[in-house]
Amino acid sequence: MTRGTGRPGLLRLVPGLTIAALAVPVVAGLWGTIAPALMPGAIAQLLAWPGLFQAARLSVVTGVLSTAAALAITVLILAGLRGTRAFSALVRGLSPLLSVPHAAAALGLAFLIAPSGWIARALSPWATGWTAPPDLLTLNDPAGLALTFGLIAKEVPFLLLMALAGLPQADASRRIMLAETLGYGRSMAFVLTVLPTLYRQLRLPVYAVLAYAMTTVDMAQILGPTRPATLSVQITLWMTDADLRDRPLAAAGALLQLGLVISALTLWRLAEIAARRVVCRLAEGGHRAAGMDRMATPLAALTALATTLALAAGLAGLALWSVAGLWQFPDAIPSGLSLKTWAQSASGLWGAFWATTVLAMATAALAMALTLGCLEAEHRYALPEGRTRLILWLPLLVPQISFLPGLHSLALATGTGGWTATLIAHLTFALPYAFLSLAPAYRAFDPRIAPLAASLGATPDRVFWTLRMPMLVRPVITAAALAFAVSVGQYLPTLLIGGGRIETLTTEAVALSSGGNRRVIGAYALLQMALPMLAFALATAVPALLFRNRKGMAI
Amino acid sequence: MNTAGLDLSELTVRKADTALVRLTARIAPGEVLTIMGPSGSGKSTLLAALTGTLDPAFTLSGSIRLNGRDVTHLPTRERRIGILFQDALLFPHLSVGGNLAFALPARTPDRAARIDRALAEAGLPGFASRDPATLSGGERARVALMRTLLAEPLALLLDEPFSRLDASLRAQIRGFVLDTARARGLPVMLVTHDAEDARATGGSVVSPMGDPV
Repeated sequence: MTRGTGRPGLLRLVPGLTIAALAVPVVAGLWGTIAPALMPGAIAQLLAWPGLFQAARLSVVTGVLSTAAALAITVLILAGLRGTRAFSALVRGLSPLLSVPHAAAALGLAFLIAPSGWIARALSPWATGWTAPPDLLTLNDPAGLALTFGLIAKEVPFLLLMALAGLPQADASRRIMLAETLGYGRSMAFVLTVLPTLYRQLRLPVYAVLAYAMTTVDMAQILGPTRPATLSVQITLWMTDADLRDRPLAAAGALLQLGLVISALTLWRLAEIAARRVVCRLAEGGHRAAGMDRMATPLAALTALATTLALAAGLAGLALWSVAGLWQFPDAIPSGLSLKTWAQSASGLWGAFWATTVLAMATAALAMALTLGCLEAEHRYALPEGRTRLILWLPLLVPQISFLPGLHSLALATGTGGWTATLIAHLTFALPYAFLSLAPAYRAFDPRIAPLAASLGATPDRVFWTLRMPMLVRPVITAAALAFAVSVGQYLPTLLIGGGRIETLTTEAVALSSGGNRRVIGAYALLQMALPMLAFALATAVPALLFRNRKGMAI
Repeated sequence: MNTAGLDLSELTVRKADTALVRLTARIAPGEVLTIMGPSGSGKSTLLAALTGTLDPAFTLSGSIRLNGRDVTHLPTRERRIGILFQDALLFPHLSVGGNLAFALPARTPDRAARIDRALAEAGLPGFASRDPATLSGGERARVALMRTLLAEPLALLLDEPFSRLDASLRAQIRGFVLDTARARGLPVMLVTHDAEDARATGGSVVSPMGDPV
């Protein structure tokens, strides 16, 4: 195939560079974590910490429980609602919620379920009789229930949208129709004929959810228990302590956390095999379960509504608190609105806003350069697709808390801390999403166009810039918005690699969360949530505006 | 009056104001009615109307009666109308036997023996434990037919089930499907755009609008 004009060799380097951007931070970070953890004394010190068992148990229980529940709800929604009008409405409602950063979602939920939260206010005093916030542990409860609920609410939209992308490959519509003509109910038909194929597409996302849920720091700090906190929160406390003596402890904890995640993933894999057997056995039994739809459909609708409402109401609560004047318990709404909070926190908000935006824009730009370079190289040099699939998922499967401490030490040791290192860390997490989002559209690009253009004398570079880019502008901008959103939401990389010196909306919102000034938290979280939404709004508006006179480019 | 068979009376499907299907026909047990027309002529709309999977954008009038029972507005799973598609659509996670067991009603005694008999009838003895992915196109088509029949349908719809098969296999599979359906006394509706398929059935041939072809 003819090469592009200009720098023919450069494009060939991009796939390698991308793999490096994905794998080097993870591998180097893991090495940087494991080495100090194996130093004499570190593990003994960890084992001597009295909260260890409880912290580890919390991490496993909240992680596995929330992942199993999120997956079950996703399957229930697909089985009970797929193909209905309610389902399309739900998908439209969930897509924007997906871009909401974890911290903002958690803060919104906290404002909702706290003893002095919106739910208690709405029910008081007429239903509950409370005139003061009740002495209940609805938030930060020692069993981690609030954290589990938060994780479920945040992960259902993610799993559902990943599942939607996989449905056509599972030939869902025809298989369900066929099963229906054989006498099966719709929900049973989904579980027996579509789910086994669909799950193969869903497996890596589910693993990523499990690894995340077991090790989240920001959500656990906001919603999770405190004494002891989950293991990853405790590791973060040790890492960020000014006293360096806790660092070996943190490294040993990070190693234990990695071991816990690997064990949980292994057990999950075994459970998958068992579940698959059960489904196949059930399919061979011929039970039509036509009555199941009557239960599954309303239950699915209810769960979907509860998830969407919890997230949406939480976020609305954040917005309302940020402009609330006096808002006494148990008033359902504030007695007045004011911009005082925004005015008073303006300089802090402004600084964090810029830090967040600059980091996110740089991350998105780099992620798109690498993603587009990779896909174009794959196309021009006919590289095999999909050989990088597992590497793409690497940063999402290896828990952040297990390799960021090591990466932090390496960054300190080599003097590369600060903005550049933080940017690279953000890139590692944003890149997989950008790539996974753009690749299907890029690979599906009409294969006749490039040869047609070449036969008209166009160079590959010209085809790329004047045909491929304009025609793929919608998926390209969407992928960029996704990378931007992922960067905005990063908490741990910014905190650890930035060495506490980079203050983004996310780090500030989480830091403020323990203080309890709801107005200021609301302002930071609202801005944190608004940035990705703005990016996605642009991703919709820009292509529509560019091609307002081109019917063939309409959605 | 004899009500056995599939009875379509003024079956009309419209999208907006355009009628895509307008059909009155009686298919007696063991008979084949062929619906022929180019793509986009309402063939798949007719099939969707018969299976009960019509998109809400369409409006349906008239009636579908099967052995005297009005099934026009019944949910798909209660109609007992079996269908065969262009591709066999075997479930890849189940064995050949598992695919057949899926269709066998739950209360059937001696499931394994029933499956073995069905496979023997299809000329595929001992195939029960095979992975469907290892089957040839003709073998897959025969398994798909047996799967549809094991659910004990009262009528059979054929959605161009032979169009993906190569010429030598085509006549053989077509003969097998039609003979088996006749032997069981099923009313059959074949939807196709292939004139040879239409001739081979020996029955009448009409368009989705009911005009003779």
